Amino acid sequence: MKNFAYAAPTTLAEATQLLASATGVSRVLAGGTDLIVQLREHLRDADLVVDIKKIPEVMSLKLSPQGLHLGAAVPCYLLYDNADISAKYSALTDAARIIGGWQIQSRASIGGNLCNSSPAGDSLPALIALNAKCVIAGPQGTREVPAAEFCTGPGKNMLQKGEVLSALLFPAWTAHSGSAYQRFIPRNEMDIAVVGAGSWVKLNAAGDTIESARVALGAVAATPKFATEASDFLTGKPATEETFAQAGELAKKIATPISDMRGTAEYRTHLVGVVVKRTLADAVTRAKTAK
Amino acid sequence: MPAKTQVTTTINGETVEFLCEPRQSLLEVLRENLRLTGAKEGCNNGNCGACTVLLNDLPVNSCLVLGVEAEGATIRTVESLANQGHLNPLQQCFLEGAALQCGICTPGFLVAATALLEKNPNPSEHDIRFNLSNNLCRCTGYDKIVKAVQTAAKQLQTAKS
Repeated sequence: MKNFAYAAPTTLAEATQLLASATGVSRVLAGGTDLIVQLREHLRDADLVVDIKKIPEVMSLKLSPQGLHLGAAVPCYLLYDNADISAKYSALTDAARIIGGWQIQSRASIGGNLCNSSPAGDSLPALIALNAKCVIAGPQGTREVPAAEFCTGPGKNMLQKGEVLSALLFPAWTAHSGSAYQRFIPRNEMDIAVVGAGSWVKLNAAGDTIESARVALGAVAATPKFATEASDFLTGKPATEETFAQAGELAKKIATPISDMRGTAEYRTHLVGVVVKRTLADAVTRAKTAK
Repeated sequence: MPAKTQVTTTINGETVEFLCEPRQSLLEVLRENLRLTGAKEGCNNGNCGACTVLLNDLPVNSCLVLGVEAEGATIRTVESLANQGHLNPLQQCFLEGAALQCGICTPGFLVAATALLEKNPNPSEHDIRFNLSNNLCRCTGYDKIVKAVQTAAKQLQTAKS
């Protein structure tokens, strides 16, 4: 690995100042499970590595009636080890549980997964389905961006020089809502999503009708995508297998997968229908049983 | 470009100081600087788990932790399991259960299984397979490893009662 300078600021202001004034290439370090590999394999470059794990906001995890504040560098295991967060933001913890394995999840963060901006990133469809907002700190102050707009291409996102993702904000949990994330992979664990889908639903009190839904896809386009037509279609529909299957068909329309060693474009498109159907079914089950 | 940074950490119960460049991984520091060669370099990219150590009681791939990130942390390696040459129950179960052949993955499995049994003293077979999925073995086919962990779990439970 090429040698780099290492800094571990203790405030966001210090971090953004370091990133803004860096002369060479600077990278933010959270869990390191993507960055260190990339530096070692020369896929990404760094003259300066800014470790943000000493900044309190970035490491804070807070669930309240107002919603969930997920600091950008909070490791995955803190999410799925929390029963309350797992019950209320299930798609998020579904993803956190299957990014890599336990050793990866001890360090890797959802914020890092987002900033790595792989089209197949497991947390991305969950973030979009749960309508998360990205809080971005920069030299000029803070701005917020919907998760669906964050990634701009494979490995690329809308962070400007000097900016760092500081947190993800999730809306307050509401009764009769549920969510799920699933991916298709050839193995059982430790794989990259061939197709991923995140679904969130809100049911009526009787639990038989979908009042509102959000469906998002991963690994089938250059960025993760919000399935607008499928999501809109679900409004007011009965919460049945038939409905889920129809939503799956609509979601297929926005998938533009490539053929590669993990699967053909045709197979991936087929899988979109399957994974959307399954995540909707799980989301509905969770919405009915949620307290 | 900075030269080496001094890092102070606790390894296997002892305070340890070392010098390292920012680009050196914890795995490299353990093996090269500190001669703790239990952790192995199997892939150097976080897939195989042969480099697993416990960082603040959590299993991590030490190839994906920078040496400088160990500042102030508490680290346990496979070397902490045996007591003056006497294998601990988990190690004994691996040995007696033939849960190793070439042995290169074994330190990583032992450390990860140690973390698992500390977190969940009574894991199901699914729990074991799921929580050890970040450890790869080319020799055994995994079944004997899973059985060794199950046996060790039972022994440790019985020892407690």
